[in-house]
Amino acid sequence: MSTKPKLYYFNGRGKMESIRWLLAAAGVEFEEEFLETRDQYEKLLQGGSLLFQQVPMVEIDGMRMVQTRAILSYIAAKYNLYGKDLKERALIDMYVGGTDDLMGFILMFPFLSAEDKEKQHVLIVQKATSRYFPVYEKVLKDHGQDFLVGNNFSWADVHLLEAILMVEEKKSDVLSGFPQLQAFKARISSIPAIKKFLEPGSQRKPVPDDKYVETVRRVLRMYYDVKAN
Amino acid sequence: MSGKPKLHYFNGRGRMEPIRWLLAAAGVEFEESYLEKKEDLTKLRKDGSLLFQQVPMVEIDGMKLVQTRAIANYISTKYNLYGKDMKERALIDMYVEGMFDLNELLMTYGYLPADQKEEYFANMMDKAENRYFPAFEKVCGKELVAQMMLLP
Repeated sequence: MSTKPKLYYFNGRGKMESIRWLLAAAGVEFEEEFLETRDQYEKLLQGGSLLFQQVPMVEIDGMRMVQTRAILSYIAAKYNLYGKDLKERALIDMYVGGTDDLMGFILMFPFLSAEDKEKQHVLIVQKATSRYFPVYEKVLKDHGQDFLVGNNFSWADVHLLEAILMVEEKKSDVLSGFPQLQAFKARISSIPAIKKFLEPGSQRKPVPDDKYVETVRRVLRMYYDVKAN
Repeated sequence: MSGKPKLHYFNGRGRMEPIRWLLAAAGVEFEESYLEKKEDLTKLRKDGSLLFQQVPMVEIDGMKLVQTRAIANYISTKYNLYGKDMKERALIDMYVEGMFDLNELLMTYGYLPADQKEEYFANMMDKAENRYFPAFEKVCGKELVAQMMLLP
């Protein structure tokens, strides 16, 4: 029997991608079961595996965990990526909250109409450059350390790198006003576990495409129009 | 100077209400500063008090904490309301996240235009009755915990 964590989700980024990043950063091998049909999803539902009838779901340490944040917190704590004390944890939680909000603007992007996509694109870049990136730029500048919290690699660093790369996919020069973040990106990307995850052939998922959107809609019967936030 | 936590938010529930509940449950007295005018928010932003320019913000133990979850996690750990080990924390996190999702639905409802309210309300109640409450009903009966733990 495998003791590797097993991830249940679509074959695409969505809400599971941050979990893949964190496991990879922790050097933890994991398995994945991709939802492709409605039947698979209904089987999971009937089996009682999904506490709130939703994925992501991760089988880990004898638990069937759901809720992205709960899963991430568990992994971060287990693999010592959650700071050394309560105050460091508070900082990590705050920083992750910010990058989570930022990535939230990108999460629904593939499901938007063409017109809404245009508006959302502008919004994503605007939020990134005026609200979120300046915060992390300042944090790094003020303490001059390599990592966001406690001079140690943590979940906050992984999450920020993920967010930076996602925004860069929308606007490739988005870091041009942020020298600290540019250096941060280079530094964190060169950590062996992260470097490996960024290479082709890893379990990192590509930018969502029409096939991904179609699969999600089909499996979840989510045929309504998604509105931009 | 008061040693009590100080909450900065509107005079209403929104995203601060779970924090009020938590502090109350922990038996911790707290103060509140209500945002009433746009200038109140602008001032906090200009002060550099709001990390991401947003409320909720809670002044506690020398920090200006923002992000609802960060605040809730800090308070619950500090006052021993976060379980005794990682596995208990995982369960608590799962249940709390479900509640946050339901709370989001409730909050959104308040801001909808009148013509969208009826349909939204029906969907929200459906989720409460068929998704969230049953999950917690089962937990109380311990069934769910057994289902969630993988059998060997």
